[in-house]
Amino acid sequence: MLKDIVVLNEKETRGGFGEGILEAGRKNPNVVALTADLLGSMKLQAFIKEFPERFVQVGIAEANMIGIAAGLTIGGKIPYTTTFANFSTGRVYDQIRQSVAYSGKNVKICASHAGLTLGEDGATHQILEDIGLMKMLPGMTVIVPCDFNQTKAATIAISEYEGPVYLRFGRPKWPNFTPENQPFEIGKAQFLSEGKDISIFACGHMVWKAIEAGRILEEKGVSVEVVNIHTIKPLDVEGILKSIQKTGCAVTAEEHNIIGGLGDSVAQVAARHFPIPIEYVGTNDTFGESGKPEDLLVKYGLDTPNILAAAEKALIRKKH
Amino acid sequence: MDAKSTTYLAGEIRKTALSMVYEAKSSHIGGAFSMADILAVLYEDVLHVDPSEPKMVDRDRLLLSKGHACSALYAVLGLKGFFPMESLASYGQDGSSFLTHISHYIPGVEISAGSLGHGLPIACGLALAAKRKARPWTTFCLMSDGELDEGSNWESFLLAPQLGLDNLVVIIDYNKIQSLGFVKDVIDLEPLIQKFEAFKWEVFTIDGHEIQEIYTTLSSAKAARNGVPKVVIAHTVKGKGVDFMENKLLWHYKSPNATEYQQALGQLD
Ligand SMILES: Cc1ncc(C[n+]2csc(CCOP(=O)(O)OP(=O)(O)O)c2C)c(N)n1
Ligand SMILES: [Mg+2]
Repeated sequence: MLKDIVVLNEKETRGGFGEGILEAGRKNPNVVALTADLLGSMKLQAFIKEFPERFVQVGIAEANMIGIAAGLTIGGKIPYTTTFANFSTGRVYDQIRQSVAYSGKNVKICASHAGLTLGEDGATHQILEDIGLMKMLPGMTVIVPCDFNQTKAATIAISEYEGPVYLRFGRPKWPNFTPENQPFEIGKAQFLSEGKDISIFACGHMVWKAIEAGRILEEKGVSVEVVNIHTIKPLDVEGILKSIQKTGCAVTAEEHNIIGGLGDSVAQVAARHFPIPIEYVGTNDTFGESGKPEDLLVKYGLDTPNILAAAEKALIRKKH
Repeated sequence: MDAKSTTYLAGEIRKTALSMVYEAKSSHIGGAFSMADILAVLYEDVLHVDPSEPKMVDRDRLLLSKGHACSALYAVLGLKGFFPMESLASYGQDGSSFLTHISHYIPGVEISAGSLGHGLPIACGLALAAKRKARPWTTFCLMSDGELDEGSNWESFLLAPQLGLDNLVVIIDYNKIQSLGFVKDVIDLEPLIQKFEAFKWEVFTIDGHEIQEIYTTLSSAKAARNGVPKVVIAHTVKGKGVDFMENKLLWHYKSPNATEYQQALGQLD
């Protein structure tokens, strides 16, 4: 049951990245870190302290960073590029497309401050399109872990996977509820509850909101299946199908534009294999703005009550 | 040019920006202070702008490419009457148009910026438009030193002389610090004058806190229509005006707490 999930603490997912890259670095001497003048924001201090010779500061030059990372892979290194999500994707899309994705380079593009919860820095930094941009690239793996512990596990796991990866995480302190030292299986959906009335598919920070909404539904006697789709590509088609064939309706929740994000990936599975009513929770074709993370989630319709409302709508549509 | 009133305006810019950043708990006060004197001179005596008509066709354009330091630009626009000063209270608050990276929603602001390395290409476009339309305005682009790491700028530095954009004046706020490091340690820009000269720009070097020097240089750079774009390297101090902020890496991101706020305000008065 969702009510049995315990919050261990509140921590920034980017902190999980910082710990994860340190551990990945200890396990594999080929892991190197690059940053475009954001080593503090990206929590790289511990890695740099232990492995100063495996760190590259490229300056505020993201395009150069991606190219350098692509080049480093040819020498057998496993480069992790680090900057904000906005500058990790849109800023350098052609570099990623040509030099990383098309040529199948083993670059790990690690992106913090994604989504609305970037907060005060506002629209210029608040990318809500990056999942779409990255999942459209052939061969790119796209991972959006839900909390600190999972971000740490994913950061380590991608060092053991050969191929380009986009790893997306965030800025604020957030409920940390998945186990420490968990195994992380790329491409495998995580079922947080079993239910038969409705599926809620979420990624990133929104997984916690989905749990909150799911708890309220459980209290109302609705049997909810909350599924953490931490890997948006490759998508766990089998897992999603198994869930929707049982529940017959779904809600998707993401800190991203509903055009081109997790919701569309789930909807494509449904459309192709098992059509059901699906309601989307996410930003709706808009840019963000400055504000406190929680307030922005409310304003843009990404809060727990929005997931609840979407669930109620999906349940009604299922009946008709 | 009245150095006294410009110095006073610079002080007001700093105090206003400090209060905004303090109230909003936002960042980037160091980079706002380093360019405060430059902004004061620009708005007091150099830019042809009209607060009552911010979209005036032949206004001079100032593009703030280092959009994170917007508190100082919002402050000077408010002080000059582009909008009521009270509206600055909403800076960084939920629902406000005063985003914590410079926002084109605000009267007097030409472009939104925040992602570094975007201002100069747009400035080149504006300068080119003025040339093609035979309009008199001058385009100014205020950039940071760390921002010069971005390759997009160097594409513009290469192109502007080719296009003969002598109506373009770039100002570099050379405060020697970027996000969490000194510029010389991240990517040393030196020798900077020679780089620009090799790119065929007319180069000026000034103390970015000397009001008279800023004025003389900017006004002559603006006036000279001699076929070449101008770049003004302004040597500045990050956090200028508050002793515990000056030259400190910390004050790129840090937001002042109540004690620091009062102390800083005391020093600026
Ligand atoms: C493209 C891009 N990359 C990274 C950042 C994050 N960032 C914000 S300010 C800053 C460094 C600021 O240093 P500088 O450019 O010298 O500005 P100033 O010292 O005038 O504040 C960085 C890296 C950004 N805003 N845009
Ligand atoms: Mg600087």
